[in-house]
Amino acid sequence: MRNVIEGSKKAFITGNEAVAWATLVAEADIMFGYPITPQNEVMHYWTRLAPKHGRGFLQTEDEISAGFTVCGAVQAGKKAFTATAGPGNVLMQEPFGMAEAMRLPLVAIIQQRGGPSSGTVIYSQQEVTLTTFGGNGEGHRVVYSTATHQEMYDYTIKAFNTAWKYRFPTFVLGDGYQAKMREPLDMYNPADKGIKMVKPYPLVGLDGQIGENREPQHLNNIYSLEEELYDAVLEFVKDYEAMTPDVTEYSADQCEDADIIILSHGVVSRAADDAVKILRSQGIKAGSFRPITLRPFPSQELRNVISNSNAKTLLIAESAYGQLDRLVKQEIYGETVNIENLFMPGVGIIDYDIANKVKSIL
Amino acid sequence: MMVAPVTPKSWYLPSKPHKFCPGCGHGIVLKALGEAIDDLQIQDKTVFGCDIGCSLLSWDFFACDSTQTHHGRTTPVMVGIKRSRPELITIGYMGDGGGYSIGSQHLLNAAVRNEKVTLILVNNTNYGMTGGQMAPTTLPGQKTETSPYGRDPEETGYPTKGPEFLAEVTPEGAYIARATVSKYNQLRRFVRNALRNQIDGNGFSFVEVLSTCPTNWRTNAQQTWRFLEDEMEQYFPVGELKSPFGKGGAK
Repeated sequence: MRNVIEGSKKAFITGNEAVAWATLVAEADIMFGYPITPQNEVMHYWTRLAPKHGRGFLQTEDEISAGFTVCGAVQAGKKAFTATAGPGNVLMQEPFGMAEAMRLPLVAIIQQRGGPSSGTVIYSQQEVTLTTFGGNGEGHRVVYSTATHQEMYDYTIKAFNTAWKYRFPTFVLGDGYQAKMREPLDMYNPADKGIKMVKPYPLVGLDGQIGENREPQHLNNIYSLEEELYDAVLEFVKDYEAMTPDVTEYSADQCEDADIIILSHGVVSRAADDAVKILRSQGIKAGSFRPITLRPFPSQELRNVISNSNAKTLLIAESAYGQLDRLVKQEIYGETVNIENLFMPGVGIIDYDIANKVKSIL
Repeated sequence: MMVAPVTPKSWYLPSKPHKFCPGCGHGIVLKALGEAIDDLQIQDKTVFGCDIGCSLLSWDFFACDSTQTHHGRTTPVMVGIKRSRPELITIGYMGDGGGYSIGSQHLLNAAVRNEKVTLILVNNTNYGMTGGQMAPTTLPGQKTETSPYGRDPEETGYPTKGPEFLAEVTPEGAYIARATVSKYNQLRRFVRNALRNQIDGNGFSFVEVLSTCPTNWRTNAQQTWRFLEDEMEQYFPVGELKSPFGKGGAK
């Protein structure tokens, strides 16, 4: 496969374009998609770039079909992905559930928009619950929440490797701001950064002659007996827990001496980091913690940060009404730290929103 | 002395005897499909996909690579496989509920796009696996669990004629037929044509097969066959509606 990008390339582009380039350098073979704002330009750039690099695309009749065609393509051994948002993310939970059940390494880019229902086409962090636990199962999936265009690029590449290495469906959770706004980033070929792309392999359509040198493959996601399903789910749990230390990511800043830790994810974490600077300049000891993987969640890491700091208070800031808050509370159950919140569903959060909230608490 | 019946080479024997009810037509359809796979020597490159409903009981029926999907979603999964690996022969197997109701927009759009997949849809006029509810294909007046006084077309419309609407929306090159388990040689020919058509790369290939469901119809053997031949075949005419092989063409 020839280099998509020669050397490293500075770019000033939208997050959707960054995603399209990242899927290309990540050696994605085919995209299946359906129009929904704010992810459309992922398709627009992919459809322009893909034919030049021998990659495939199909615009399906709906998001259900986009998700299931991706399931078929990965079963056939191809690196396939989709991108969606909002009500499209709702429809895709059905194929995402099948991917969890059959351990299909699909990759999906989610650019969150406002909800419930059609909401807005602009921005939110209201697809956290849906993206992490949206299926009729146990949430055996990996969800990276990105904060910058650089991360959209980096984690889109990483998502393919995580999916194909561990065979859990993997999500890059962005939002309308990241999708639509322009920002500088470095684009590169993974090999130039020492990143080795995991090779895909087929689950059906294998080489060889059945009965001569191989057995037929029979993939299924439904079971006759309770115990059969129980054994299958426990196997998923075992693999998921074994994977968790390898894929969990977070960042923490100035928490050691902090009186208050601001906890946020995605693009809001940038406002949190700026709020920390503002507050510190005013003599208020604030720190910040950001889960990069929302699934699996960095629970022990957050517990350690809390116990190694002076913080009596955790402020959870999110552009949703408590979706991150619920996730955090279940993950750190038993901690005695006081939890405050700044919930701004479907609305952007800036540094002063957080700084003012902190001052109103302390 | 027990004599084992002759079975297609492409059948997966460890899963036999199969799991369908006595008198069900699925076994006949799957025998025709198995013989067609053998005839065309495509066992090693076939991917068989089955839907939810009674059709899912075929998930380990063939000694072919197989995958089982969700209700109505076999069509897009087969499309995803075929688009990714055009050298594979993809066969989607579904019932009338999966194809004509919950998966109807997938079926319609796959046909419009002339996807190079072969779909076999078994029409037994009801949802068998879930206990005999009304299907898009339930005949006027037919009693089911959700039309206990008989299907009233004024309330719930007339039965879906799948091959007829698919023949309207597909371009030349598509293969569209309706067969019945009561005419085995014709069924086998139609199924083989539908596979041949994919192998040749002509276009979308679809066979609806009229089939029997004595369990949910609550019919004995004679009544079952009478309903199939006298009522279903009257309403749903059997034959090739569109074929690149010409009238009566058999390959």
